[in-house]
Amino acid sequence: MSDLVTAPELPATGGVPQRKRDLVANPGAADRVFRSTARGGGLLVLVIMALVGTFLGYRALQALRKDGVHFVTTQDWNPDGGKFGIAAVIVGTILIALVAVAVAVPLSLAAALYISEYAPRGLRRLLISIIDLMAAIPSVVFGLWGAFFLQWRVISLSRWISDWFGWIPIFKVNGVTRHDPLATSTVYTSSTFIAGLVVALMVAPIACSIMREGFSQAPIGEREGAYALGATRWGMIRSVVLPFGRGAVIGGTMLGLGRALGETIAVVMIISPRFVIQPRILENGTSSVSSLIALRYGEASPFGISALMAAGLALFALTLVVNFAAASVVARSRSGAVSEV
Amino acid sequence: MVESPTATTEAIGPAGPPTTVPVRPAGPTPQLPRRIGGIRRTDILALLGALAGGLTTTGVLWTQLGPFTGLLGYVVVSWVLFVVYYALLTGFDEAGPIVRSRIASLVVHSIGVVLLSAVAFVIGYTVWHGFGAMIHLNFFTQDLRSTGPLDPLTKGGVLHAMVGTLVEVGIALAVAVPLAFLAAVFLHEIPGRFSRFVRTVVEAMTALPDILAGLFIYATLILIFGLDLSGLAAACALAVTILPIIIRATDVVFRLVPGSLKEASYALGASQWRTVLHVLLPTARSGLATAVILGAARAIGETSPVLLTAGATGYLNFDPTQGPMMSLPLLAYTQVQSPQPAEVARGFGAAAALLLLVILLFTIARAIGGRTAGDLSRRQQRRRAAQSMRDANRYQRSHATDAGPANVPSHQKEADR
Repeated sequence: MSDLVTAPELPATGGVPQRKRDLVANPGAADRVFRSTARGGGLLVLVIMALVGTFLGYRALQALRKDGVHFVTTQDWNPDGGKFGIAAVIVGTILIALVAVAVAVPLSLAAALYISEYAPRGLRRLLISIIDLMAAIPSVVFGLWGAFFLQWRVISLSRWISDWFGWIPIFKVNGVTRHDPLATSTVYTSSTFIAGLVVALMVAPIACSIMREGFSQAPIGEREGAYALGATRWGMIRSVVLPFGRGAVIGGTMLGLGRALGETIAVVMIISPRFVIQPRILENGTSSVSSLIALRYGEASPFGISALMAAGLALFALTLVVNFAAASVVARSRSGAVSEV
Repeated sequence: MVESPTATTEAIGPAGPPTTVPVRPAGPTPQLPRRIGGIRRTDILALLGALAGGLTTTGVLWTQLGPFTGLLGYVVVSWVLFVVYYALLTGFDEAGPIVRSRIASLVVHSIGVVLLSAVAFVIGYTVWHGFGAMIHLNFFTQDLRSTGPLDPLTKGGVLHAMVGTLVEVGIALAVAVPLAFLAAVFLHEIPGRFSRFVRTVVEAMTALPDILAGLFIYATLILIFGLDLSGLAAACALAVTILPIIIRATDVVFRLVPGSLKEASYALGASQWRTVLHVLLPTARSGLATAVILGAARAIGETSPVLLTAGATGYLNFDPTQGPMMSLPLLAYTQVQSPQPAEVARGFGAAAALLLLVILLFTIARAIGGRTAGDLSRRQQRRRAAQSMRDANRYQRSHATDAGPANVPSHQKEADR
């Protein structure tokens, strides 16, 4: 068998070696300059970002080295007295963010469905613009509204919840008796609940615009298929739009959570700081990492500053995890895929 | 998903029944199109009836029967009863799935309206309360250097804060925007492991809580390098905050530029930097404007980085390198902490001015860049059509004369203009 195979004859070209052609284009001098400038820009951005990160980490390490494991377990904040930790502030931050997300997600989910499925076509562009504008409203405006308007209006709601659901530990309020008409109302002000409500209004537009983006990409072929099988509008939404947009819903929720964790000014304007773990969300007094920094940076000693940086870094780590989780969920969802019709 | 067509033809077989043409029945038939959508009278009546029923039942509960008080409770209970009555009324003449669909539609509509009206209310509340200070002209022409806490609203204003906001945001944008565009061009044009790494870091930095940017500038520029609390420091903090945001927005916009346009440019022999300059950036122009304006809106509204770095003052200060500089959000924040009603009103005025500024910027951003790259408004389309008509005429003329400078390659000319 083997002798039937013949080697292809090389054409006799007089001994010129067959060099492979170089397929890599040679960019001119101008392009080389352009590419290195762009690379330099990227590098500069990287350096700035790395500088912020490493500097914060380096200074924070000073405080962490001195405090050790107590940094996570201590509730008090007194760096110069040697007794400080983030147990109280980080729990406060997470509670405020959770209240915000619990309120914001149903609101933004329904608003996103309304805009992408129910709103008249002519109104849709305007509504999208309004939602995006809401995301750009300065936080000090929300803070003013929360501190001057909502604070006093929401007390009756807080009292009602604590009267009827006080047996659930997080809704308990110390210092008042149930259904006492003469009870002081100040125990209900400046609470985690009110701060969470204000932050909820701030994060709802962000979550809403991400969810709407996901819903509006649900493929038209599958929508029409559902209608053709006799689905009502809600049936179509349940069987096509919501499963398709699940990634966007989770991603929007997580991004909202990340934003809620880092919110500063609106929270500072509402809460009254208190450095104990305070799980009763309706009661006066709570704390958050960013409000701690905003309130304490001015009178802090150099060591106090690095302690604040350590607290800030813990918050940064938390938001980073939440944001990357959100990004990976959104990227893995089916959004952007088209159905074959 | 696509079924192979052979399977179905085999199932029917080659010898099916003969095909016949349906015969149209003689005589004119009344052609009444069936209504398949729209709103019937019963729907509206059910809705109005349920609403009236909900409101009145709750009214009876609140005023006559139960120990209930409070407007919020009234609204919530009326709404719940409204939904229940509506479900009952539609249940009389529709099937289960349709009733469920109606209820879902009702719930979605009402919650959507609640969110939109809540935020509209926040805006309205601030502007309404800020109005008291804003109607005095001195609010825009004076600063607070000689205004005490007890002075009325006819004295003192926020000129220094407006100047401070403009200076700080201007510097922050001047630093951040060119750098962000360069970095975004790098991420888009030179893909590879390094640019992936840079993109990851940039995305991580968008999660940086804004107060940490302020704390970073405070600890480096102010505590270590001895810079004053000043507009420059605040501008640096703002630049650090908005840099990753603008990079990310720009990166997304670049991804929307059609690849065929760039390939066409390369096929015509253009180099990479010419392609970037004459194809990528002009195509993405509206998106770039949006990214910049959204960054500016974010920078204007940021309070916490400025709080740590700018210092607070009542004096008008044009020099960002020396002395503290006020800005609008910081002024609003500090003024409303005072117990004096005039100061609180001034704080609301500053917040309202800030809000109106952000809305103005946002409207401009929408007007410029509400569309994606390549998606043109009708006016732009007309302009493009006129432009290419002129070009076609010009080419014809130059071919007709066929002499002199007309021999320059046409795309080169295009690029030079």
